Amino acid sequence: MRISPKVTQTLAVLLLGVATLLTVIILIMIVAFVLKRGIPEISWEFLSTKPREMGKAGGILPTIWGTILLPVIAIVIALPMGVGTAVYLSEYTRENHVTRIIRFGTDCLAGIPSIIFGLFGYIFFVTILGMGWSMLSGGLTLAIMILPTIIRTSEEAIRAVPQTYREVSCSLAATNWETVYKVVLPNALPGIMTGVMLGIGRSIGETAAVIFTAGSSLLMPLSLNDSVRTMSVHFYLLAREGISNEKAYATAAVLVFSVLSVNLIAYWMMNRFIAKRS
Amino acid sequence: MQNLSNTSDQASHPANLSAGKRFTTWCSDHLARYVFLTVAFSATLSLLLIALFILKEGVPFIIKVGFKDFLLASEWSPMNGKFGIYPMIISSLWVTLGAMLIGAPLGVAGAIFLTQFVPRSVMRVIKPMIELLAGIPSVLYGFIGVMILAPFIRSHFGGPGLSLLAASIILGIMVLPTVISISIDTINAVPRSYLEGALALGATRWQSVHMVILKAAHSGIIASVILAMGRAVGETMAVIMVAGNSVKIPGSSLDSVRTLTANIALEMGYATGLHRQALFATGVVLFVVVMILNSLAMAAMKKKSRGAA
Repeated sequence: MRISPKVTQTLAVLLLGVATLLTVIILIMIVAFVLKRGIPEISWEFLSTKPREMGKAGGILPTIWGTILLPVIAIVIALPMGVGTAVYLSEYTRENHVTRIIRFGTDCLAGIPSIIFGLFGYIFFVTILGMGWSMLSGGLTLAIMILPTIIRTSEEAIRAVPQTYREVSCSLAATNWETVYKVVLPNALPGIMTGVMLGIGRSIGETAAVIFTAGSSLLMPLSLNDSVRTMSVHFYLLAREGISNEKAYATAAVLVFSVLSVNLIAYWMMNRFIAKRS
Repeated sequence: MQNLSNTSDQASHPANLSAGKRFTTWCSDHLARYVFLTVAFSATLSLLLIALFILKEGVPFIIKVGFKDFLLASEWSPMNGKFGIYPMIISSLWVTLGAMLIGAPLGVAGAIFLTQFVPRSVMRVIKPMIELLAGIPSVLYGFIGVMILAPFIRSHFGGPGLSLLAASIILGIMVLPTVISISIDTINAVPRSYLEGALALGATRWQSVHMVILKAAHSGIIASVILAMGRAVGETMAVIMVAGNSVKIPGSSLDSVRTLTANIALEMGYATGLHRQALFATGVVLFVVVMILNSLAMAAMKKKSRGAA
């Protein structure tokens, strides 16, 4: 007997709907669970004092600094390289062998697991270049990790700048370079900033690549050569070594809050950029 | 289109610029071009450096210990010079497959439902939400696995709780945003006329979706699943926390397992000498697997963009 198409349709939609609902609920529950357990543990003291007894007591101040500084270093390094790549791909060349190599490299880099970045950073920056476990090693490693994100979003942003802008600029006798930095880049800036925020979001949440390059010192970072512990690493160590569940929940809540707000800003900027362009 | 301005720098300089000024402009323009070209190779160069240094540390070890005694031996005890990673390879494989069994159907179903059976306004709320959640740090998923999932498995199914099953479920959830987001994009890229054609022939909405739209979008959906596999194979921190980490070939889904990534991250902190090289060699295996998966995904994507044209 054949089942009528109407019945299959209803069944299919029901099944798909349940699956979707399940997905959305699971993802939201994870965030809700962490926030619910963590927020009551957060106090001003927790945010503004140094940890004591390896994090069993006290606050997370040094790790907050680490979480701010490390992504900033990464962005300072990755932004010029990423935007430069995007400018070259969109303004200086057509699709050819060279761009194909560049794109292939970027796509592959995007798919490499963070533990491999950690291994590479450890052997190259920490050991061979002798930087030790430091903010610099960690920042450089993170910079390479977020480079593909910056390249992609920048290229999209640059390509979204209307062609007429460039034509007008050229008709006023501007050179290619003048067109790029006086017309194209300022107009693509909001889109590029989206990439920056996404890169920061990824750096904040990263653990595997950071723990082997920036180390896990609980001291306040004072220079680029100091080892530093980010909130993610701190949370990982608290949870994994069972140091303190309360502190782990509280750190997790701060972490989730920072990552979600950074990503939310990125999303908001992207929407504004798209709305302006269409 | 992009080269519109290329000819302008010689032809259209205003005559009132001094020769010196014109020379500096010319120089800066050409300098910029080469600076951008150089910078453009930064990502590719980084990739090469990563490959080079991981291989440099790992490959001599594999040659020294022997291909068979490294990849196909089951005993991992670095103190006694035994470096068999076969159990880790099998565990990584099972954990990834398990994650895909959970993540792929749920994710693809979500993408279909959100694009086809839900008003656009609802999708415009849910898709960004799912993409936002893609940014949740992986350690957090691991923590949830330890606090909620593992105790649940322990009390309902037995075993230690921290297990292959727990790792698969957590990874399956972690890859959901990747699968959903890319699948939505590929389904949306299918021309609307396909759907209209199918509906006009009297097909129900579901028939048009699974016979026409999914056929047209299948390369992209496959690409999304392969990319998610790459993420699952490479995930480290969440897996360390929930998989239990004992080195053995899993006999059931409730056994504690150690994946390739976990093996590296767990022992990297104190490993020296040959032991450290062994971890880099594990990295080589992981690197090769991930590169193969990425190439497959890229090939599927390419097929998709050709199919859509």
